[in-house]
Amino acid sequence: MKVILRNPRRELDIEGDATVRDVLRRLDIIPDTVLVIREGELLLKTDQLTDADTIELRPVISGGAR
Amino acid sequence: MKCKTCGRPAAIEIRRHHAVFCKEHFFEHISRQVERTIHDFAMLEPADRLLLGVSGGKDSLALWDILTDLGYQVDGVYIELGIGGEAGYSSESLKLAEQFAKNRDLNLRIVDLADEYGYTIPEAAAETRRVACSVCGLSKRYVLNRVAHDGGYDVLVMGHNLDDEAATLMGNTLNWNIEYIGRQHPVLPATKEGLVRKVKPLLRIAERETAAYCVLKSIDYEVDECPMVGGNTGIRIKEWLNILESQRPGVKQQFLFGFLDRVSDQFATAQQEQVVLQECSNCGQPTTAGECAFCRLQIRMADRG
Repeated sequence: MKVILRNPRRELDIEGDATVRDVLRRLDIIPDTVLVIREGELLLKTDQLTDADTIELRPVISGGAR
Repeated sequence: MKCKTCGRPAAIEIRRHHAVFCKEHFFEHISRQVERTIHDFAMLEPADRLLLGVSGGKDSLALWDILTDLGYQVDGVYIELGIGGEAGYSSESLKLAEQFAKNRDLNLRIVDLADEYGYTIPEAAAETRRVACSVCGLSKRYVLNRVAHDGGYDVLVMGHNLDDEAATLMGNTLNWNIEYIGRQHPVLPATKEGLVRKVKPLLRIAERETAAYCVLKSIDYEVDECPMVGGNTGIRIKEWLNILESQRPGVKQQFLFGFLDRVSDQFATAQQEQVVLQECSNCGQPTTAGECAFCRLQIRMADRG
């Protein structure tokens, strides 16, 4: 599957089927620090992904002067 | 996973509440949390004229949407900071804020820092050799208050969320910065002529939830990080808190609300005894002594060669 990361924007390929939780674990990302988005819809940790999917891992931390 | 309210397929899990919600009940949950915060801290009166600081990011746009849905009349103000050039970060953020306001027929005021005050944030950071977030924060706090005051607004509404406030408290606690801890409250009253009351209704909402709110409501927001954020310690503290939260969901909320419910009064009393505000000799805005920090910055920028 294709995984789109942000800040900076880049893409990764991950082979095989996996759950969202598996993908985040493989990339060492804390689940609550990103939204996982597929075709405009939010995914849950337990959702199943296939090789054909494209997902975006969108960070939710914003920083700077508040 | 199923929505805990209606049993339909869930759209989001909120671990610190041990809850999963479908889209509709997530919106209802967020709306109730904001209403509760406004009520518990007596933030707003129905007749108040509200001005919201709008950055084009997830928090301010989500809050504008939530408050409007709750029936409040809220104008927005966007400060053009001049970050990232003509087609860059600031321009993109402005476009998103304008688009949001236009789609909902809301009033967005725009203040261009370069036009009104003679400098951009990158210029001020270079001139002062300070971290950009420091001059940016100083500039935004001043300009937002000024616009709210001069525009006759009763309340300045800010989009600070649970993560922002927990990280600020953690940063100030690690340094035992008593003065700043004493000032941290979701309602900052207008203690002096020239200051506008400031409130933070997103106090109970985590930043993941404002981001999810925007995605689920199809609100386009600025996803990219500010290119000048390097060196900002707030983000690092948020990362530390996220590690704690992943092992103990709810710890951020406990830390912040434990402080607000049980401790903050003591720090606030100590801070009030220390600080006496006077009028800035240049602009008349409240400050601790002489010229305010914003006027000093503005004069320095005007004097640069």
